[in-house]
Amino acid sequence: MSNDGGAGGTERDSTAVVGLDQRVPEFSVVTIPTPLVPSASSRWRTSMPKARKKVVPYAFIAPAVVLLILFGIVPILVAGVVSLTDLDIRGLGNPETIQFIGLDNYDRLFNDPAFWRSIWTTAFFVGFGVPVIIVVSLGIAVALNYSNSRFFRALRSFYFLPAITAIVAIALIWGNLYNSQFGLLNHLLDMVGIAPVGWLSDPETARVSVALVAIWRATGLNIIIFLAALQSIPQEYLEAAALDGAGRWATFRRIVLPMLHFAIFFVTVTTLIGWLQFFDEPYVLTGGGPVGSTTSISLFIFKNGFGLNQFGYASAGSIVLLAIIVTVTAVQLRLRREDHG
Amino acid sequence: MADRYRLLKVTIVGLLLAIGALVTSFPFFWMVSSSLKPPTEAVSYPPTIIPENPSFDAYVRLFTELDFGRYLFNTVVVVLIGGVGLIFMAMAGYGFAKFSFRGRGGLFLMVLMTLMIPVQVTMIPTYLILNELRLTNTLVGIAAPTLVSAFGIFLFRQFMATIPDELLEAARLDGAGEMRLFWTMVLPLSKPILAVQAVLTFIAGWNSFLWPLIIATEQDKYTLSVALSLLNQQITINPTLQMAGSALMVIPIIVIFVILQKHIVQGFTMSGLK
Repeated sequence: MSNDGGAGGTERDSTAVVGLDQRVPEFSVVTIPTPLVPSASSRWRTSMPKARKKVVPYAFIAPAVVLLILFGIVPILVAGVVSLTDLDIRGLGNPETIQFIGLDNYDRLFNDPAFWRSIWTTAFFVGFGVPVIIVVSLGIAVALNYSNSRFFRALRSFYFLPAITAIVAIALIWGNLYNSQFGLLNHLLDMVGIAPVGWLSDPETARVSVALVAIWRATGLNIIIFLAALQSIPQEYLEAAALDGAGRWATFRRIVLPMLHFAIFFVTVTTLIGWLQFFDEPYVLTGGGPVGSTTSISLFIFKNGFGLNQFGYASAGSIVLLAIIVTVTAVQLRLRREDHG
Repeated sequence: MADRYRLLKVTIVGLLLAIGALVTSFPFFWMVSSSLKPPTEAVSYPPTIIPENPSFDAYVRLFTELDFGRYLFNTVVVVLIGGVGLIFMAMAGYGFAKFSFRGRGGLFLMVLMTLMIPVQVTMIPTYLILNELRLTNTLVGIAAPTLVSAFGIFLFRQFMATIPDELLEAARLDGAGEMRLFWTMVLPLSKPILAVQAVLTFIAGWNSFLWPLIIATEQDKYTLSVALSLLNQQITINPTLQMAGSALMVIPIIVIFVILQKHIVQGFTMSGLK
């Protein structure tokens, strides 16, 4: 009996057991032959809700956590294993034919000119897209922050709208505007006497055209982030700067930009990762062409995986992409830490 | 004098912003305008800004000649399945916020780590996993990979952590079961975050493209986005149909945006300030 009291641990538990102790003799005299039974039932009464209580939190998190493990963690392990095999459509139907081929896929990958091309293409998208998005969205955010009138607030929605509309639809609309036969953009150029541009047919131009669509879509969200950061700058700072006779540009450089440090860092990291994963716009607008000039790493993986059913080879590509993304993110985090001393 | 100078500057900035806003939203105007053109006018050069003979022909053809009724239905089902994910995320957020249990820190860290994993890395293995589960070419399979997001769980946790413990304890003393407590107290108290998440989940499900493209192998399981992308790969491109299909996808989102603007912007701002 005293053991039970000890097991309870807390004061309240032991008093409960003491209470039961006092009743036990009466029970055992009348109906229950041994004191063990009420003791067992007291254990049931005090510790069973505890056991249930222990299960409750797991029950709440289980569905979401299981799904995240199944579609977030397990795939990485599977990708790692599959990248060491020659899995293709045949292996999918008959797993016995799958063979482990070691690092052959990686060897092939790094000797594949198409893969290197996709890396350079992705590097172009990153190098072009990240600075443009940051400058444009910061510029528009600063302008929108100029006044808090209804008019200025209403304008925000226009800039934000592209961010929440379907990429496929967006790509089709832009494809229509870019069209070389009946597109509006070439017509506008024609009106001011400029020769038509092969927006999506010239390999070099197509890269820029595809990137512009993504930039147009991505700015809205970043404008909102910058705007929120701008509005959190204490008004006194700006007033103090004005009293000291600082010009607008000096105020912006010395006070506003440093205050936006975190927002700029955040937008840089997310935009960078976004461009490293660039897929939807080139898939719909150009299919990766012309002559592979808009094939990003993601599109390369997709084409090899689902176009050519080379799941092993494509998995090796996706592991390399993951390594690139993790490295770039780690470098960014380190740079930020050094920045802050 | 300084006031007039400032007013002038605000006016100029406002004017420039307004021009920028018109340019930004022009593609949407072009979409609606082109969708109302008869096929010949849509491919004529020079293009007309406003259709000369507007007609809703293309919209009718989407549903009669093409199977867009089915694609719309599939898209709605995928969005509704996303609602189940919303509840899962709320439950997990509650579990992480209001209980202390063994492994909580580690599990939560694992949840957050999945934020960094790009979809391109998981797309092939996930396809293989869904193939093993016999869920390829099903609407459940299309919705499953994005059913819960680590970020959604994080936001729910942050919000639910502010619910007072005393409130929950009082309900427990009154004998409410844990599941009942969650449905009748926690969820109603979490309405603001629930609204934000519901809108974001709807938009994400409605617009989702990659998973339907990978998982839906037969035409009867296509969603609007997949069907639209295939309209672009046919040999004879029909711009009117493309624009009508795009409008079908974009206009509901615009309507929702106009009605629920506050929730949407708030949600995206939160995602920016994590």
